[in-house]
Amino acid sequence: MGKVLLMQGNSAVVEGAISAGVRFYGGYPITPSTEIAEGMAKRLPEVGGKFMQTEDELAGMGAVIGASLAGVKGMTATSGPGFSLKQEMLGLACSAEIPCVVVDVQRVGPATGQPTSPSQGDVMQTRWGTHGDHWVIVVSPTSVPECFDLTRRAVELSETYRCPVILLMDEIVGHMRERIELPESYDDLPKFPRKVPSCAPEDYLAYRDVDGTKVPPMAPFGSGYRWHVSGLVHDETGFPKGTPSATRTSQDRLRTKLTDRLDDIIMTESYRMEDAEYAVISYGGAARTAYDAVDAAREQGIKVGLFRPVTIWPFAEKEIAGLSSKVKGILVHELNCGQYFLEVERAVHGKIPVTLYAKYDNESASPEEMLEEIKKMTGGAQA
Amino acid sequence: MSLKLITKRCKGCGICTFFCPKKVLVITELNKAAIAEGKENDCIKCGQCEMRCPDYAIFVEKEA
Amino acid sequence: MKEELVEKYFRPGRLPHLWCPGCGHGIITGAIVQAIDQEGWSKDDVAIISGIGCSSRASGYLDFNTANTLHGRALPIASGLKMANPKLHVIVVSGDGDCTAIGGNHLIHAARRNIDLTLVVFNNSIYGMTGGQYSPMTPVGSKATTAPYMTIEEDFDLPSLAQAAGATYTARATTYHTQLLIDVIKKGMEHKGFSLIEAVSACPTNFGRQNKMGAPALMMDWQRQHGVPLAAWNKMTEEQRAGKFPIGVLSERTDRKEYTEAYDEVIARAQAAL
Repeated sequence: MGKVLLMQGNSAVVEGAISAGVRFYGGYPITPSTEIAEGMAKRLPEVGGKFMQTEDELAGMGAVIGASLAGVKGMTATSGPGFSLKQEMLGLACSAEIPCVVVDVQRVGPATGQPTSPSQGDVMQTRWGTHGDHWVIVVSPTSVPECFDLTRRAVELSETYRCPVILLMDEIVGHMRERIELPESYDDLPKFPRKVPSCAPEDYLAYRDVDGTKVPPMAPFGSGYRWHVSGLVHDETGFPKGTPSATRTSQDRLRTKLTDRLDDIIMTESYRMEDAEYAVISYGGAARTAYDAVDAAREQGIKVGLFRPVTIWPFAEKEIAGLSSKVKGILVHELNCGQYFLEVERAVHGKIPVTLYAKYDNESASPEEMLEEIKKMTGGAQA
Repeated sequence: MSLKLITKRCKGCGICTFFCPKKVLVITELNKAAIAEGKENDCIKCGQCEMRCPDYAIFVEKEA
Repeated sequence: MKEELVEKYFRPGRLPHLWCPGCGHGIITGAIVQAIDQEGWSKDDVAIISGIGCSSRASGYLDFNTANTLHGRALPIASGLKMANPKLHVIVVSGDGDCTAIGGNHLIHAARRNIDLTLVVFNNSIYGMTGGQYSPMTPVGSKATTAPYMTIEEDFDLPSLAQAAGATYTARATTYHTQLLIDVIKKGMEHKGFSLIEAVSACPTNFGRQNKMGAPALMMDWQRQHGVPLAAWNKMTEEQRAGKFPIGVLSERTDRKEYTEAYDEVIARAQAAL
């Protein structure tokens, strides 16, 4: 039994976070993500959590990292300009392996861009935004109910893999209001407890893989396990060690703790793909147009389906390479000049034509416009 | 003698020798603090060297 | 510092530290340890959060819950930690550049919130780790590698800056005035609210050499000559004060709510409205 509500995507993120046990938020107001801060400011103290409006974007992310060190799940939300500012802290969270959730509700950029218009121009920034080689998880919701579910999933992934997880939204999904059914109570929903050490404090090494998962247990500050956090290259003790071998060992674990578990991390959706001869690849708010365009094309006898990556990074390499031996052509639709498209092209490796339908004019595509692009891809092919 | 020197930590900065009111300490050719010849019994245990040693390399020992 | 305190509070095998011969940072780190020891706090209940720079290496030597974070960013991380677990005694270690340049915005806002953190700023008047560039606390008219013709920027009076921003406890001491340094850090730890302690240190390698300050001991003697206890300072004329600075507890007030306690009231109000 649940309650049916008409809710905005940003508000569904708030509810998802509260339901997953997020009890700290630090952030700075920025359009089109501000409703997340406002919602957390109201909801967190109701459940005994804490909200801080910080002096800037950097501090918001920093406070979340600090809370996470104390064992409290933390989240921050922002949009492009603020996401740029959070990159340094994101690197610390990657290097020191501090779980946290960062929401980026994308708007048009660069710079101030167009704050109230949708874009997906931050796709590559989520992957490569902070300096240095690093690996992150990025998930992108397409609907309001999925904002709730993927916020929960982001919390779970960050706690499971001890890394920052980016919830990559866009102005469409953030501001759109839609029907959502929420449970009356969140008490019975999983809260994704963090793995903590079971050894004696004197035996604890904060970065030692003790169970083969490559994800070391993390002791909250104040729990009797005294350890050292450092953004310097470190070994399993957590203390700086910059030898070539220590650096390689650390980098390898940070990468493979995720790449070993792609089956768990990578989530995708296939819509009308069973007999499809062509595929549209689209994600986030842009994919909403694709559902309708695929339906319209099907009505005209065109065998096309939608492949929607829900996990944007790590890239769904295996799935998209597999697609290239199944269909005759792929149309990538995104609200930028072609970012995810580059990765699709790489994975397809020239086996079939990959075309880009890029929309970067402050508006989302209409199903009619997209149908035309589908027809261009299929050459008007009918079943 | 009431001074304990941990030579491994000493960087020979000379703060202890400068502030020692009895000039008990010297910096050796090896750039380490040491007790000056003939000054072995001059320490008055004022603790200034211990208090200001940046390297935790000199301690005033309690008498047995 | 007594040997037993080194053994009790320093992580095994991490000494000698990386600071240069005559650097005052070891003395300040020792003063923090002595103040904690006098408080009798359990090591499990203390967190030391530092930024980046020479000073910020202090956290790694100490056997508490420690983090050597990002340049200028220790205060936001410490604020989140304190909010999440107000029972922790959170001490922030920063340098003059870390705290007042790249971290300046975080400083004034942590002070404004009056969050119960104890910030110890190791002021060696220079960026030491990068080799001697001027900081916002390099005295005007000094030489630095980025000011070969002398600095033209006035330096901050850090305790005054923090007071204006809302810090409810400010103090200053030097590495020469070691006992005072321990005392003012200890009082800052006991103070409920945001405490700032400016610990005047010496960088013989990168400040002293460029400014012909002489040997480390002479730089420490300069502190003795220029640091004036507040009571004496208050009786001095402007001419007598020139080039000198007051030391001791410079301000203390109890009329402002501490941030985590004020937030507990937010929680109470939110839950009462349910």
